[in-house]
Amino acid sequence: MSDIAREPARDLRDNKLEQSELAALLLEIWRTPSGWLGSLTSVDHKVVGKRYILTAFAFLVLGGLLAVLMRLQLAGAERKLLSPDLYNQVFTMHGSTMMFLFAVPVMEAFAVYFVPLMVGTRNIAFPRLNAFSYWTFLFGGCFLWIAFLFNVGPDVGWFAYVPLSSLQYNPGKRADVWAQMITFTEVAALAVAVEIVVTVFKQRAVGMTLDRIPVFVWAMLVTSFLVLFAMPSIVVASTSLILDRLVNTHFYDTASGGNVLLWQHLFWFFGHPEVYIIFIPGTGMVSMIIATFAGRPVVGYVIIVLSLIATGFLSFGLWVHHMFTTGLPQLGASMFTASSMLIAVPSGLQIFCWLATLWDGRPVYRTPLLFVLGFFAIFVLGGLSGVMVASVPIDMQVHDTYFVVAHFHYVLIGGAVFPLVGAVYYWFPKITGRMLSERLGRWNFWLAFISFNVAFFPMHILGLMGMPRRVYTYTPEMGWDHLNLLSSAGGAAFAASFALLIANVVLSLRSGALAGDNPWGASTLEWATSSPPPPYNFSRIPVVTHRDPLWAGGGNLPVVAGLSVERREVLLSSIADAEPHTREASPEPSIWPLLTAIATTIFFVGSIFTPWSVVWGTPPIAIALIGWFWPTGSKEDEE
Amino acid sequence: MVVWLRSGLTVAATCVLTSCTGWQSSFNAQAAQSEEIKRILLIFIAVSTVVWVAVMLVLLVGLIRGRPLREQRLDLDEAFERRAGSVILVAGIATTIAVLALSVVSYGAQRTVFANDPPVVTVKVTGHQWWWEVQYQADSPHLGFTTANEIRVPVGQPVTVELESADVIHSFWVPSLTGKMDLVTGQQNRTQFTAKNPGVYRGQCAEFCGMQHAHMAFTVTALAQDEYRRWRDQQNQSAPSPSDPLSIRGEQLFRGRGCGLCHTIRGTLAGGQLGPDLTHIASRDTIAAGTLPRNSGNLAAWIADPQHIKPGNLMPKMPLRSDELIAILHYLEQLQ
Repeated sequence: MSDIAREPARDLRDNKLEQSELAALLLEIWRTPSGWLGSLTSVDHKVVGKRYILTAFAFLVLGGLLAVLMRLQLAGAERKLLSPDLYNQVFTMHGSTMMFLFAVPVMEAFAVYFVPLMVGTRNIAFPRLNAFSYWTFLFGGCFLWIAFLFNVGPDVGWFAYVPLSSLQYNPGKRADVWAQMITFTEVAALAVAVEIVVTVFKQRAVGMTLDRIPVFVWAMLVTSFLVLFAMPSIVVASTSLILDRLVNTHFYDTASGGNVLLWQHLFWFFGHPEVYIIFIPGTGMVSMIIATFAGRPVVGYVIIVLSLIATGFLSFGLWVHHMFTTGLPQLGASMFTASSMLIAVPSGLQIFCWLATLWDGRPVYRTPLLFVLGFFAIFVLGGLSGVMVASVPIDMQVHDTYFVVAHFHYVLIGGAVFPLVGAVYYWFPKITGRMLSERLGRWNFWLAFISFNVAFFPMHILGLMGMPRRVYTYTPEMGWDHLNLLSSAGGAAFAASFALLIANVVLSLRSGALAGDNPWGASTLEWATSSPPPPYNFSRIPVVTHRDPLWAGGGNLPVVAGLSVERREVLLSSIADAEPHTREASPEPSIWPLLTAIATTIFFVGSIFTPWSVVWGTPPIAIALIGWFWPTGSKEDEE
Repeated sequence: MVVWLRSGLTVAATCVLTSCTGWQSSFNAQAAQSEEIKRILLIFIAVSTVVWVAVMLVLLVGLIRGRPLREQRLDLDEAFERRAGSVILVAGIATTIAVLALSVVSYGAQRTVFANDPPVVTVKVTGHQWWWEVQYQADSPHLGFTTANEIRVPVGQPVTVELESADVIHSFWVPSLTGKMDLVTGQQNRTQFTAKNPGVYRGQCAEFCGMQHAHMAFTVTALAQDEYRRWRDQQNQSAPSPSDPLSIRGEQLFRGRGCGLCHTIRGTLAGGQLGPDLTHIASRDTIAAGTLPRNSGNLAAWIADPQHIKPGNLMPKMPLRSDELIAILHYLEQLQ
């Protein structure tokens, strides 16, 4: 027994094995441990990604129910379903949930699942950090919702402007809950951003040069950089708000020389890129779906990628258009009018590229493409109303009215949620091995598309008719009730379209048609493996010789061999040319990311109540991190 | 189908827009500033509609035009790729020119809206949770006075409104006169309008400011100049002394029950600064920041239980017997 253990490592590589033997060995070393405890230790990006996607959709349902509540309240004048206190919590929870617990996480979740598959590697970079990110996100979201159920839900808007969110005007813990929920999601989002950047830069399959990276991966790379540069701004903002509230600092206290507009600058310096953090992944999904269903590569790959990068840069130069009515100097405001309008150019270029692709391709009208076509109609309209609100004088009329509510729902639902639902239909077969029902899918699309417009188009008019946002009621003589009723009816139907989606998912999980590896005949690497993919993703790492690897070379995908089958290993490659560099060990499953997330949660929640939490909350995190990084005597360490 | 649906919606929208001249509508422009904004708003809507329809047409034609099935997905037509690249480039340049042109249109309107003519009347408005304090300033101190929630201005003359906040951020917005401007804690903002026609224009707080943000309305009434001057002289006067026994009792109760700790009635000992000035409450059209029309019933209901009408507002419910309520009400209704 001990003799075997001491036997020198055989250094068995995958090039020495037959396919079936190789698969068995890889499964053994890459699989998630069984049992519920084992499942908590998983560091498989697909397991974590699936949990991330499901959790984000659960928050979508919760946020959507709040929207339905608001629409019931506003369906007629002076309705008394919700008290003003509850209504203010509800709209704050709706915005915060949708932005921080659904939109950003769900995009990152798809990236966590698909980026490693698309670049042809076996796991995401820093897989334990990935698990930690998920747990932190889950606990942060639950924390916000549990607080809401105990009537400590934030009631200061998802933007939490000071001084309304200061201790003086918001005694109690509601604003602290909001600020600390932000901290949770910041940590989770930053972790994923780092993983994506490193995965894309260092773990691409051999031959996947920069100009062969799938557009969705490019989109997630740009998004991850946006997260890295935008989130610190909200870190500063939410932390200084908590400091003001907890230990009486004076960042935002005008009586002591603080400044309330500082909050708005910090918030929107994050908040505007945030919109693109949600929208850019959506455009990445659109590019993938269009290429597949138009049956040809997207026209203007380089233009699309450069547009994504340009959008990323420009998104940091627009934040002041959220502050046109705060009394800023006119010259400064004018500059932001121009920059805000100019971001229409890269978005426009992408749209022209997609139009050209559909023009030349032979479209196959399956549900994913339907949602993308819906995206065109809705997003273009939202983009155009965005050009309108970029104008200072127009913004002075429509700012903080239902016109803006209409605008950003057209942009975010049109630009991100429609592509996202399309992506669900597109990638569900890969994740589960089964197809979603096409018949239900068509019903889902038409119901969603029509009801969305019925719900949100009237809001443009309501805004121009003078209806401000964030009002819990209005009087009948304002004449807003008919359009509000129409909008509420549309909202209810729009909610029903998501019930259809859920029903389709549940039914198809049980009895959907089997998908096979590549049901759509798509071109990218995630379709080169089985559906669902095995824990090790690819038994041999593909070699990429073309931007559309599965369409090139007559269906034969060359592979590279030489990775260990005795331990978890990924292939690292160079940033620009994706030349193979080195074999790198990939971490084993571990319970420590979960324990670290629990310790972090105790720290964050505790610091709402006492600054001493910063002191006493740190040792458990340190202990958990020591456990996490405890040397295990891997081969590399010994060498 | 998509285009058909959308154009249907657009037509419906236009019908509603043409009829949307309610008293708090951006399309009911009654001042130089709001007219200018409405003008460029219509330009932007027109351009947007054209662009949207054009994109949808290209999409639709692209979808329905017949094409041969490609045997090989990567078997691309070099000529098409080159042509598509040029068309995309041209469309991108056209987009750039269009948005720059719209920016210039926007700057032009901005100059009009922020022209900042020398004002004939200057009003200082201070936002409170959830009502508006209105101070008329004059060269000689005895001509300034304070009122609440109702602003009156002369027609045809530039009015500057100085905006401050006593607590959180609010936003001053009368769509018929001009766009909104925030009342930011710790700084003073200004806005200006010149009303073209006499009338009552409703405004409402447009920045979320807490529990009763929905009930923080006000009106701006544009009056002919002599009418404005008469109103102003009348507001400048102190409250008339109560003459009949009931209103004398009401005045005593007003002070005795603590109303005067928050409200001012000029010419009496009531000098509180926290709530609206009530010197001429009986000359106003509404109470509780535009929440209710001012009449005896509403005023009585408000005094009896302000938390029922506007939950969370800062006026406490005072225990009053009905005869006390009647006396106070009677007194307040004398304050013309």
